[in-house]
Amino acid sequence: MTILLADPAPTRAESAEPPADPPQAPAPPQAPEHPDHPDHAPAGRSLLAGTASWDRVADKAAKATSTAAGAIILVALAAVGVFLLAQGWPALRAGPDELPAKAESFWTLAGPLAFGSLWAATLALLIATPIAVGAALFITLYAPRKIRGLLAAAIDLLAAIPSVVYGLWGLMVFAPLVAKFYKPLSEHLGWIPLFAGKPSATGRTILTAALVLAVMILPIIASVSREVFRQTPPLEIEASLALGATRWEMIRMAVFPHARSGIVSGAMLGLGRALGETMAIAMVLSPTPFLMTFRLLESQNPNTVAAFVAQNFPEAHGTGVNALIGLGLILFVITFAVNWAARRVVAPKPT
Amino acid sequence: MATIALGLPATISLTRDHVRRGRRVKNQVATIGVVSVFTLALLPLVSVLWTVLTRGLARFDGEFFTNSMRGVLGEGGGAIHAITGTALITGATVIMSVPIGLLTAIYLVEYGKGPFARAVTFLVDVMTGIPSIVAGLFAYAVFSMILGPGVRSGVAGAIALTLLMTPVVIRSCEEMLRLVPQDLREASYALGVSKHRTIRKIVLPTAMSGIVSGVMIGIARVVGETAPLLLVAGFTDSMNTNLFSDRMSTLPVFIYSQWANKGVNAAAYDNRAWTAALVLIAFVLSLNLLSRLVARVFSPKVSR
Amino acid sequence: MTATALKTHSLSAYYGDFLAVADVSMTIDQRSITALIGPSGCGKSTFLRTLNRMHEVIPHARVTGEITLAGENLYDPGVDPVLVRQRIGMVFQRPNPFPTMSIRDNVLAGVKLQRSRLPRSEADDVVEQSLRSANLWIEVRDRLGKPGAGLSGGQQQRLCIARAIAVQPDILLMDEPCSALDPISTLAIEELMLELKSTYTVVIVTHNMQQAARVSDKTGFFNLAAVREPGRLVEYADTTTMFSKPKKKETADYIAGRFG
Repeated sequence: MTILLADPAPTRAESAEPPADPPQAPAPPQAPEHPDHPDHAPAGRSLLAGTASWDRVADKAAKATSTAAGAIILVALAAVGVFLLAQGWPALRAGPDELPAKAESFWTLAGPLAFGSLWAATLALLIATPIAVGAALFITLYAPRKIRGLLAAAIDLLAAIPSVVYGLWGLMVFAPLVAKFYKPLSEHLGWIPLFAGKPSATGRTILTAALVLAVMILPIIASVSREVFRQTPPLEIEASLALGATRWEMIRMAVFPHARSGIVSGAMLGLGRALGETMAIAMVLSPTPFLMTFRLLESQNPNTVAAFVAQNFPEAHGTGVNALIGLGLILFVITFAVNWAARRVVAPKPT
Repeated sequence: MATIALGLPATISLTRDHVRRGRRVKNQVATIGVVSVFTLALLPLVSVLWTVLTRGLARFDGEFFTNSMRGVLGEGGGAIHAITGTALITGATVIMSVPIGLLTAIYLVEYGKGPFARAVTFLVDVMTGIPSIVAGLFAYAVFSMILGPGVRSGVAGAIALTLLMTPVVIRSCEEMLRLVPQDLREASYALGVSKHRTIRKIVLPTAMSGIVSGVMIGIARVVGETAPLLLVAGFTDSMNTNLFSDRMSTLPVFIYSQWANKGVNAAAYDNRAWTAALVLIAFVLSLNLLSRLVARVFSPKVSR
Repeated sequence: MTATALKTHSLSAYYGDFLAVADVSMTIDQRSITALIGPSGCGKSTFLRTLNRMHEVIPHARVTGEITLAGENLYDPGVDPVLVRQRIGMVFQRPNPFPTMSIRDNVLAGVKLQRSRLPRSEADDVVEQSLRSANLWIEVRDRLGKPGAGLSGGQQQRLCIARAIAVQPDILLMDEPCSALDPISTLAIEELMLELKSTYTVVIVTHNMQQAARVSDKTGFFNLAAVREPGRLVEYADTTTMFSKPKKKETADYIAGRFG
């Protein structure tokens, strides 16, 4: 409840104390001896006395300052929307000679890129989720209690490595490594459309990029899963164990039912991160303009929005820049929708 | 099924339980699966750290930390200009995002109620999800509208990073402020201490170690950001200590540009990229460790 | 005839729309100990917190009615609750010394935070006087720089009392100050209360009827008709009267231990 600052009460003027000491100024020391307490307080100790009125002003100022900080957040986000829209707008009407990669129109540019982003992020999600959930299970329910913190920190370290380092590693170490497996994969499983086509020799395919992305989003999904596993009601764990359930049965009976929505929400957060991830893909993937394909192993690959922007921005000029900004706006909208959905899955905890 | 056991005679031996065999096997398969999946998750970490360490040490020398890339076409050269740039831009980011973040957290925890507080909470969530490249595009859009197109500067990079770091600071400060027991606030109010002094002298000092460690995590997150800096701060071979004009190299962008713009001696460029990666990772990891240390060692013991 | 320290007039306390305490009018004597007893949830603590405007710290909590201190209404719109609390201190159920501060700084917290600067010699005086008044000086005088959280529970509670009296309030409110303490510490606090009443007006909420009988001059009995009903002041009289021949059957039943 807030206390209204009343219109200056008449008693305040009568106060014997000097009004409004600035807080830093040395205040008159308080008398150490106890004053007598008559039924009527001396004027100096009136409840309405002005000694603390500076404090009340400072209180208002503190509230106003912190509220203003909150307002900055609001303004900043509004500015992001407005500036991206204002600067992205001209690209909607731009023709082939102005747009990057000589695209017919903004949408023929944006469409395949949005497809690439979604496809790469979905693949990464499909790869990362089971691994992250398994790792989280291991940390919370299998590993010895003493080293749980250490193992969790190790998985969290995956999130601390900058994406440009993942890019460098993905391109120089990981891609050549997985490329060795792509040839046999396409020979034996080539009848599956996903693995059809001539496998890339460098390994810089969308599957490699998705694998690197999976490594990057794994710690996000793992940490959310860990949190929900930890919150399993201990009574249910004990109850199922008391019924003679094995550990795995206990997990299926007691842990998973509670964790499902948490895992889904963690996965969505991971998806949001994967959609916005830029440098690792920009470095690992060897893209072909305007391509839309589900094939995983070929040397011709669809590009993603974020990577396209990063690759083309340093050389872009004029309307080209506007087009890239417009692409950024599209990416913003997609990730916003995904993150919003993620939060809707888990109803917000009452605070 | 688990309930079968209830009906069995008490004399039955646990080891002769045929019904359980299938379940035991399933349990063992699950255990093996979980252990191997965890190991699988750690493999990339080990590989990345090992590669960065072994390949990065080649150029981990005095020249790397004292020279810029000015006039260097093959071997030699260093990243002092990029390290300086990272320090300057990160510093500017901290100066902008910590006050805004901390104050917003104070607002949300100590003052905020009603629709405005809910709106701010929601927007902080939205902000957390902004892709880093979008933050870069935003900073570019702002600066190009004010200063004309094609402008690159360190401060634009700092603006982009602020957009990314502020929500991290808000979230962790908020969490830390909420951990301060309500008891302490009440004890202070009961002493006739005003609200702003209670926040400044009681709440903030109690939460300080957590706040510092949260800020460190925030720094660790943005110091490795590449995409927004590539867009708005750009890269250059020479030292630039002026945040407000001209291109400014940073460590992550240095890594990218060494790889992307190789000159005559490709190996020399790769080596420099790996060394920069080593420096960057070492910095990020020590920040992470340090933040854990700060949170553990300096947190006041609240009697519960 | 003793002087009046504090007087409430049809005071009601709400949490949102829920009426927790209804229509309490009572007079608290100066330099005496007034005990408030009653079963859990009867609103005695809530009532205590309205006396120094701590009730409104809880979101959506509000108060109607009047409380007069020396002729002024504490709930007058022009009154700063901060100033009210400087004159009416409070000690809580669980000892809550500030964890970031030393013993010395804990005692000085109120004085230092209210005003800006205090000369060192004067601060030393305040620390010694307050700790002596709280019967803690002897135990802590050679470790004033150590954190307050390192003391035992009973010592922490006496530190909190020292902290409260360092700002020289007129009235000290104590909300079940012994409920988290062992019997020996409880005894120490009770003795301390008896000493404090020569200087301060003490109002104590307690769960423990023996405690009320041992220390208080007057006792107020709070009760509520049913769950979700507001708490009311059932009977208020001299402690000896309350415990020997209460007027109401409800009071007699409670004191005899038939409920609560």
